[in-house]
Amino acid sequence: MNRIAAQLSRRREAGQGAFCPYVCAGDPDLAFTERLVEELGRSGADSIELGVPFSDPIADGPVLQAATQRALAGGVTLKRVLRMVGNLRNSCDVPIALMSYFNPIHCHGVKRLVDEAVRAGIDGFIVPDLPPESAGELIAAARARDACTIFFIAPTTMPGRIKVIDEAATGFLYCLSVTGITGARKTLPAELLRSLKALKKKTDTPLIVGFGVSTPEQVRRMCSVADGVIVGSALTTFIQKHAASGPDVMIRKAGEYCRRLARAAHGR
Amino acid sequence: MQSSMNKVPDQRGCFGEFGGSFVPETLITALTELENAYEKARRDKAFRRELAYYLKHYVGRPTPLYFAERLTRLLGGAKIYLKREDLAHTGAHKINNATGQVLLARRMGKKRIVAETGAGQHGVATATACAMFGIECVIYMGTEDTVRQALNVFRMQQLGADVREVTTGSRTLKDAINESMRDWLTNVRTTHFVLGSVAGSHPYPMMVRDFQSVIGREARPQILKAEGRLPDLLVACVGGGSNALGLF
Repeated sequence: MNRIAAQLSRRREAGQGAFCPYVCAGDPDLAFTERLVEELGRSGADSIELGVPFSDPIADGPVLQAATQRALAGGVTLKRVLRMVGNLRNSCDVPIALMSYFNPIHCHGVKRLVDEAVRAGIDGFIVPDLPPESAGELIAAARARDACTIFFIAPTTMPGRIKVIDEAATGFLYCLSVTGITGARKTLPAELLRSLKALKKKTDTPLIVGFGVSTPEQVRRMCSVADGVIVGSALTTFIQKHAASGPDVMIRKAGEYCRRLARAAHGR
Repeated sequence: MQSSMNKVPDQRGCFGEFGGSFVPETLITALTELENAYEKARRDKAFRRELAYYLKHYVGRPTPLYFAERLTRLLGGAKIYLKREDLAHTGAHKINNATGQVLLARRMGKKRIVAETGAGQHGVATATACAMFGIECVIYMGTEDTVRQALNVFRMQQLGADVREVTTGSRTLKDAINESMRDWLTNVRTTHFVLGSVAGSHPYPMMVRDFQSVIGREARPQILKAEGRLPDLLVACVGGGSNALGLF
């Protein structure tokens, strides 16, 4: 069984939420990312969303734009990210979903990318600017390799589309907490929990909430209804705060942060 | 040409292997609404009449087709005619599309407009159309461009637009588009994004093409009247492609 699906179903059976941190690959370099993913895997992360840096990240807020810029400045490419994942798999078994805008995937060739990524050890694909209607090739290639294709439900998604998205999605549905871009929010919209409950009645696919989630309290609230959360900008900001202390401290601090939010998600 | 142009885009918004829809899920509903509203508007006589009215009385159309006598003599070959889009209000063809899209946004009940601009012409045109119809207007422009084209920043501000400098990435048009998209993603329920190029997600390329097609629709009878025949060659410069597609 696919690693992402297996881990999420374990959490669901145990009545627990899943914690899925987002990491921008190559921020500030790939050696750091490799250690970071390993550390997060050891620190209770249920699945990692590994972002491929891209010059035009339209769905990302200032924090992840800056992370992307740092990674691009270091010359990180899709190919190098996959090579890093391949290395990482010698020692680390945490489920990993590859997040990339469609442009780099399109340039690489969709099927070729899926084949190479799965061979390297990627378990699923998240492409924020690829609606399911345009994702036929990706879905076919991923199915053939037992990899997940993860699609989004936005607050603006019309009820009639949910079925189309759900049928294309495997692993989980990425539920956007807000209209807008990535980045921590002090408060999440009040209607969010209600719409998650409504969504839950329509599908068995796990629901993972992302965008804007940053505090243990928010994680607990989301996990009271959803199957888990994705935290990206807040983790990146936290790691960056310790940049002056060097990579070892940054990795250790990231692990502590991860354990704290994972505990909130797992309800312990 | 005419007939093959009318067959694209297909149902998925594709022009052959190009086009289509590659945007975050948050925008899908807005794009569907936009497509439906546009389909309805373009079949609505009242909308077409309204647009024609403003293009004539406000934009100053039709623009002349001018025989460039000395240039023709200098080059010594073909007779050269210039379609004088520079004589449209605000000094460029951009206003054709901006007027159309802002009218459409008003019809859709949108209270706010965002737009990207490079050199500033599309920003000035959008700010002008917004001022005309009393709609809030935010223009994103790369820092590099606000310095290079300070006069256009001034014009947009005079027209009541909020010009926001974009300091990310290469600080030019591409980053201004990204920032406009982020604003639109965040405020999608109240805001319309006036894209000026034949770019972006369906239905934009189709809509920009249609609003700019007034250039070609005027030029054809004008050249027939002047020369009694169609030209051997059409030449258009391509930046975002909107004037070229409007002529062809």
